[in-house]
Amino acid sequence: MSDRFNKSGQVVSLRERAWAAAASVVDPEIPVLTIEDLGVLREVVEGEAGVEVRITPTYTGCPAMGVIAWEVEAALAREGIAPARVVTVLSPAWTTDWLSAAGRAKLREYGIAPPGRAGRRALFGDEAVACPRCGSDATVLLAEFGSTACKSLRQCQACREPFDAFKCH
Amino acid sequence: MSDRFSGMLLRRADDALVLGHRLSEWTGHAPSLEEELALANLALDLIGQARALYALAAEKGAGEDEDALAYLRSDREYTNLLLLELPNGDFAVTIARLFLYAAFMDNFWRAASASRDRDLAAIAAKAEKEAAYHLRHAAEWLIRLGDGTEESHRRAQAALERLWPYTGEMFEPEDEVLVAADVCPEPTGLREAWNRTVDAVLAEATLSRPAEGWMQSGGRAGRHTEHLGHMLAVMQSVARAHTGAKW
Repeated sequence: MSDRFNKSGQVVSLRERAWAAAASVVDPEIPVLTIEDLGVLREVVEGEAGVEVRITPTYTGCPAMGVIAWEVEAALAREGIAPARVVTVLSPAWTTDWLSAAGRAKLREYGIAPPGRAGRRALFGDEAVACPRCGSDATVLLAEFGSTACKSLRQCQACREPFDAFKCH
Repeated sequence: MSDRFSGMLLRRADDALVLGHRLSEWTGHAPSLEEELALANLALDLIGQARALYALAAEKGAGEDEDALAYLRSDREYTNLLLLELPNGDFAVTIARLFLYAAFMDNFWRAASASRDRDLAAIAAKAEKEAAYHLRHAAEWLIRLGDGTEESHRRAQAALERLWPYTGEMFEPEDEVLVAADVCPEPTGLREAWNRTVDAVLAEATLSRPAEGWMQSGGRAGRHTEHLGHMLAVMQSVARAHTGAKW
């Protein structure tokens, strides 16, 4: 329940251990992304009442947030980090710009086109979306509202592959 | 101040929940699978906004928690716009209502993202992006219906005529103390932007703007149409039958 040594004999603080445990939690709907990749994991602070992990919601109505909070609690418990609590913070508001570069690469590899830079133009799909399979920019929107709130459905005109695209937000 | 603030949050939360519930009623009945997913997605956004607003209102002392505010208040305690509680009607009514409301909320949330209250500003910063998607989706459909077949045009025009007397309520003044403190935007100031959006889309849809006349009012004071009670009876039945249940 405090600082420990890692394999190389260096001191690992409780905060770092809690961060590592929380950062291992993946998005239940896009399991290639951790909540660290997503930018959902914001802060880990050590206070008198124990460890506090702060997460932020992505889409307002995202049904995954409840599961994520629960998974973080479980990950902390597995590491023996207690007392600990998970707190949701709203401000500043999450945007797709918080997706890490590693997260974007993982998304593409998984077959989901990562979002462009957030902004009202991108929001309305004015920017080209590259096919995650062949890389062609010649893609068209099939349905604005896809399998989850954060994705739309597109199709590549070059390789004909239909694919999910992460919406700008 | 806290009562005023939570009152304002409840008005906006009730709006989002009531329309979110109405849209969710299309699940299993929408005209196409694609549109079914779209309407369910829109409903999810609105219910998500309602949750965030209720949770914040509960924090400010408006009630025990978001569930109590959503499921254990009667129709007279709801302060949503009458426009949003009307039954879905046909697809044209559903789309026209979504359009008229989203054209307002797009501007409302954008203005509210500059709120002095950090939590409300953060909720608004997300909601304005969602409202922009809703507005675009509804506008595209309204244009397709208005500029479509004779039948779809007739129905879209009839929907506008039916809903128009309920649009005035959106612009009723917000709490002056909150407005003066830059916590909340003043709806009356958003009317011109709304007019511009509505007129541009109606022109493209070859629909005519209904004549201005007497406007319905009362939702903000808890005086509702007969429809809200029926809607809440369905929406709240499980929570009321198993009070305090967790799942």
